[in-house]
Amino acid sequence: MNETLLFTILTLCVLGVLAALILYFVAQKFKVYEDPRIDEVEKMLPGANCGGCGFPGCRGMADALVKSENIDALYCPVGGSNTMKGIAAFLGKEAAEKEPQVAVIRCSGSCDKRPKTNVYNGAKRCSIAASLYSGETGCSFGCLGFGDCELACSFGAIKINPVTGLPEVDEEKCTACGACVKACPKMIIELRKKGVKNRRVFVSCVNKDKGAVTRKACSVGCIGCGKCVKTCPFGAITLENNLAYIDPAKCKLCRKCVAECPTGAIHEVNFPPRPPKAAAETGEGVKPAAPKTDKPQAASPKASVETVKPVEEKLVEKEKPVRNVEPVSETETVKTQPAEKEDQVKTQE
Amino acid sequence: MLRTFKIGGIHPCDNKLSKSSSIEVFPLPAKVVIPLSQHIGAPASPVVAKGDKVKVGTLIATAAGFVSSNIHSSVSGTVAAVDMVPDTAGIRKMSVTINVGGDEWEESIDRSDILVKECNLSSKEIIDKIAAAGIVGMGGATFPTQVKLSVPPGKKAEYLIINGVECEPYLTSDHRVMLEKAEQVMVGVDILCKALDVKKAYIGIENNKPDAIAHMSKVAAAYPHITVVPLKVQYPQGGEKQLIDAVINRQVPSGGLPIDVGAVVQNVGTALAVYEAVQKNKPLFERVVTVTGKNLPTPKNFLVRIGTPVSALLAQCGGVPENTGKIINGGPMMGRAIANIEGTITKGSSGILTMEEKEAVRGEESPCIRCSKCVSVCPMGLEPYLLCVMSKKGLFAEMEEHKPTDCIECGSCAYTCPAHIPLLDFIRIGKGEVMKIIRSRK
Repeated sequence: MNETLLFTILTLCVLGVLAALILYFVAQKFKVYEDPRIDEVEKMLPGANCGGCGFPGCRGMADALVKSENIDALYCPVGGSNTMKGIAAFLGKEAAEKEPQVAVIRCSGSCDKRPKTNVYNGAKRCSIAASLYSGETGCSFGCLGFGDCELACSFGAIKINPVTGLPEVDEEKCTACGACVKACPKMIIELRKKGVKNRRVFVSCVNKDKGAVTRKACSVGCIGCGKCVKTCPFGAITLENNLAYIDPAKCKLCRKCVAECPTGAIHEVNFPPRPPKAAAETGEGVKPAAPKTDKPQAASPKASVETVKPVEEKLVEKEKPVRNVEPVSETETVKTQPAEKEDQVKTQE
Repeated sequence: MLRTFKIGGIHPCDNKLSKSSSIEVFPLPAKVVIPLSQHIGAPASPVVAKGDKVKVGTLIATAAGFVSSNIHSSVSGTVAAVDMVPDTAGIRKMSVTINVGGDEWEESIDRSDILVKECNLSSKEIIDKIAAAGIVGMGGATFPTQVKLSVPPGKKAEYLIINGVECEPYLTSDHRVMLEKAEQVMVGVDILCKALDVKKAYIGIENNKPDAIAHMSKVAAAYPHITVVPLKVQYPQGGEKQLIDAVINRQVPSGGLPIDVGAVVQNVGTALAVYEAVQKNKPLFERVVTVTGKNLPTPKNFLVRIGTPVSALLAQCGGVPENTGKIINGGPMMGRAIANIEGTITKGSSGILTMEEKEAVRGEESPCIRCSKCVSVCPMGLEPYLLCVMSKKGLFAEMEEHKPTDCIECGSCAYTCPAHIPLLDFIRIGKGEVMKIIRSRK
């Protein structure tokens, strides 16, 4: 009885040791070496797996970062320059500098500005509607409003506004991964550089129809009149196929084009509101408006800034053309001014 | 027992309201807009400019590529513009606008009613003449006919199958052609047999058109190599692959073409156009269009010049009724809703259909209940529910092995779905994406 038990235990032990040895040698023989740095780099990446870098997930990007000699062409739009610098330092490589970007919606044909000519009752996806016909309005280029961009965004940064029927970008959340740009069948969304103090001037229209056709379809469309092209002192605006485009690299944010545009198709974002009309007529208000962005000190010379509030959380609501904002009281003026407040306060004090 | 295809299929109510109204010649419109992209393939390149005088049948655009087609003027008058004009879907397309003045035809066109049976041209001459006349598949797919007739080397066509099925509900244009122009169609079929060098042609007609079957059989009696095959009613029997299955019991392999099983399929409308082009020198510039709808006072069949606005056709039938919810270009199953009724009739427009509001409403989409009806009706043996989910989730790479490219877009799945899921819409998107993946691999 005892002998049987002993024999059994011994046999099992010997078998176990043998199996362990075989497994050990097999594991040694077929070992796949993986650079431990890949794990480290993956941890440094944001982990959103959005695909904005062009790789399938952050792991793929980490692998590419570690393995490639030159990482100039690799960029994580979500993490931005800081993340890339950190990774470059860790790997001992040079990271490419890239200006932070943000998604910009180039259509402002809301329900009231772009009347419907028909009603679509098919599947509520932009890709499907676009494959079937031109859209519910007279403009065959504009936003369809079914929210493919919203579905594509993994950061919840883009939402269709039920009132206007147009998508709105939350600049705080937008990482410029480009998923919405790919999802939009009308190619309305563009990644533009965030700009100085998040200020941007862009043509909020992609309509390539002739002026008369555009005007009939939408009251805020670009009619290709070319006034902005003539006005721009920096040659940043080009007119092609009846559509103006502002080159963000050349644009100095002077906003002369915004004032000139007859349909209001050119939008300015995150600028302090222009002084009320009365001031403009005296000539005092308009002139300083141009250098405002370049020299924050010169901005709003009349503002008596006492109640400065943090403005970061307000940025979201400012994705509207400031020209539409009613003349506002002094305190509100300050609220909508971006980060320049520190300087201003000092100068005024 | 009558023959039909084996897999799937549905039985929508056929609603052939206009089947007993004979073809009327539609009056000339004041102007026509002729799009340069009326066929599958590259848009034709225009050869006329603003101010040019054209006659009926004058070439206005030439085929730009192998898969492309010539386009001829459908009226006589002056070219008013060559520019972008919105089509029925509201999409701007390069088009030639012609202001109509008189009705002067090109001298080469034989306008007599005499039936010319004799054709002594060679196969190549026939195909050249068809290409010159700009003939495309008139069933709706608008594939250039000369390309379909040019059998690739190494393949041999054994059978010509003529599609007189007209399985789309409401449409009756092919039906009327078979009743009123049977002799011409038969000569056209004979010419197509010559062009393809085939010994046997079948004309498939569904048995909801007993008068057409009887008449065509009578006319076909004079042609020993042409047989009329009555078929059991089932949608989508007008699909090429389904028709081949029904008539000669051969199955086109996945990704294959009808020629792989020795068959070439042509529509009866195409056969008529071939007759007119080869025997009468008449290019394709007019076609029979059904204008129908339950709420339309007088559904009719018209012989319409290409480029006539849809609004003119509807006006001739008593205008757009008050309770219209949707106007459709084509049949109710595969046609597309019209966004712009100033858009014009093209070579592929077989019908204009008005739908009442209650008929046009799409049901509210609800979750899939796993009833598998879509699978059982799919004539291609696909799994529509699966393709739809994959497309919704953007899993296009995984989708490829489930063969969305085999989908013929007949809409049977969406028609039968009790949950009103827009299956076809999503499958179509997936199909496009998978095609892109396949193309990028080549």
